[in-house]
Formats: sequence, C-alpha cells, structure tokens
Amino acid sequence: MQYINLLYILSTVLLIIGLRRMSSPASAAKGNLIAAAGMGLATIVAMFDPIAGDQGNYAWIIVALAIGTVVGLVFSKKVAMTAIPELVSLFNGFGGACAVAISIIEVYKFGETSSIGARATTYMALFIGGVAFTGSLIAYGKLSGKVKDWKSGISSYFNLIWLALCLGLIIYEVVAMGQIEYLPMAILVVSLIYGFTFVLPIGGADMPVVISLLNAFTGIAAALAGIVYSNMVMLLGGILVGSSGTILTVLMCNAMNRSLINVIIGGFGSSAATA
Amino acid sequence: MLEILDYLSDNVLTINLWIITIYLGFEVISKVPTVLHTPLMSGSNAISGIVIIGAIILVRQSANDDYVSLVIGSVGIVLATINVVGGHAVTNRMLDMFKKKS
Repeated sequence: MQYINLLYILSTVLLIIGLRRMSSPASAAKGNLIAAAGMGLATIVAMFDPIAGDQGNYAWIIVALAIGTVVGLVFSKKVAMTAIPELVSLFNGFGGACAVAISIIEVYKFGETSSIGARATTYMALFIGGVAFTGSLIAYGKLSGKVKDWKSGISSYFNLIWLALCLGLIIYEVVAMGQIEYLPMAILVVSLIYGFTFVLPIGGADMPVVISLLNAFTGIAAALAGIVYSNMVMLLGGILVGSSGTILTVLMCNAMNRSLINVIIGGFGSSAATA
Repeated sequence: MLEILDYLSDNVLTINLWIITIYLGFEVISKVPTVLHTPLMSGSNAISGIVIIGAIILVRQSANDDYVSLVIGSVGIVLATINVVGGHAVTNRMLDMFKKKS
C-alpha cells in the first residue's frame, strides 16, 4: 500500500485528458467519463494514501460518500433540462462549501510554529471558497427565479470596501498569528457576505458567466487546499479548473459581446434586457 | 517580509507546477466551440469537486473523539461528493442531448 499514492499521477493525467476531450464536440461525452474515472481513482487513493497521523475513521468517510453519491445522482436525474445551469451553480456552491469546511477546521489547528505562508494559503482558501459558496447560491436563486435582480448605485462601492475589509482582516490575522480567538469566524462570516453582495447586483442574464467565474474560484480554493495538505492532485486539478474556468468565462463573455469587467462591475443593460 | 520569501523559496517546485498548470488550463480550453460552453462549465465544475480529497484527509487525520472535525469534515465530503457525482452525471445528460440532435 506504500506506493498507492503514485496512482495520484494517473488520476491527474485522466483529469487533463478528460478536460481536453470535453472541449471538442465529437469526444466530449467520452471526455466527461475519463474525467469522472480520474476523480473516482483520486478519491480511492485518498482513502488509502499513507498520510501522517492517520486515525482511520473510515465509517464516517464511507457513509458520507454514499450519501453524497445518492443525493448527487437523484438531483442530476430529476432536474429538468432547462434547469441544468442553476443545478450546476448549486453543485459549485457545494464544492465551495467543502473548501470552507476544511479550511475553517485547519485554521484552528494552527500553532506557534505554523509558517506565515501556510496561514495565508489556508485563509485564502477559506475566503475564495466562501465567496464561491454564497455567490453560487445567489446565482442558483436568480436562475430559478427565487432571487430577484436588485441593484443600487452604491453596490459597487460597497463591494470594494467590503473586499478591502475581507483582505485586511485576513492580512491582520496572518501577521498577528492568531492573537484573537474569534477572528477566523469573523473572516468566515465576512467572506460569506462578500459572495452574497458580489453576485446580487449582477443581472440574471449574466448568470452563466458568473457561474463559470465562481467555478474557477472553487478550483482555486481547491488548489489552495491542495497546498495545505501538500496533495498534488488537488493542487493540479484545482489550478486546471481555475485557469480553464477563467478562460471559459472570458470566452463566454466574448460570445455575448461583453467584457468581464463590464459584467462584474457594470451590469449595464443586463437588467433592461431581461425586463 | 523575509518570512514570505523563505516560504516561497521553500516551495519553488510547487510554484513552478502552478505556473505550468495555469498555461495548460488555458491551452486545453482555448479552442472550445460556443455550443460546448455550458457542458464544459458543468464538467469542469465537477472536477473542482477534487476538494473532496482534502475533506477525506481531514477526516482521516481527526482524532476519534474530535466530533467537531469529524462532523464538519463529513459534511464537507457529502457536499463535495454531490458536486463530483452530480456534476459528472448532469454533464453526461447534457452531452447525450447533443448526440441525439446531430
């Protein structure tokens, strides 16, 4: 079992080939299956990979995997074809929530000896995962008609100030080395609120672009978490999604004759177009 | 400041990998036709569920009576599994629809 972690390399290759196949029409369906095989292999390896401080807890893992598989399959079978984009957004939010869950636990494990880089990485995973989580939930709500478009003249200023607050708190916490016990929780809450206020003013018609962007965010959060666990397949898979998701977002903007900045900050005409 | 430089120079290999993979991601996607935008978004969303590995490692490293870590980690596994399994299944459904059309 000592060498099982070498199989991570195979799963990384499967993910890359799968993503490549998915970007051309003839091979897209096969590409999806190859990527799924890569994910499955990586999950199995993660369960048997020799790690430091292994406590087992396999019952917890297997039950959680079973619940997630059943719920995921039911969701994806039941959804109407027209509702798939909002379901993708919801799934993406779940991925972001997982990044939040693991980083908030890791944050509380830091001690005196933890390096500044490890702290910064974990807090950035917490922040980006949190934004992807609540942002995706709002995008889901907008696409399914549960959340109405709402825009105020001050929202872009508010978002800038709020973003500065998030980053400021993170920098303070990273440099101050955990002097204040409740600050990680405050950073969590502030990040979650930022995801909410970031997506809320963007018009419903632009949601596919936003979902693609938030997908890239989840990828980056996964990559940062990969650094935390020094796990290469998380790191590579995460960056792959982060960079390809960013390019895909730009391509989607181009297809609509919009610029990304325009979508995020301006939202010009989007509410008029949907009204 | 010196601490940050130390951290970066301790992780040169990771940073190299990071840069190469960013370019790889750009190249892999750059020629995708417009009709595949949504399925590709859905498929790469499923791949971003790779964060599940972190949750599995977290649960494996948690003490057997550390219920906070165990519960939060397991919830993380459930959510990420929904992302991975549901994401690939829904992508498959979408791509099946393409096959029937053509």
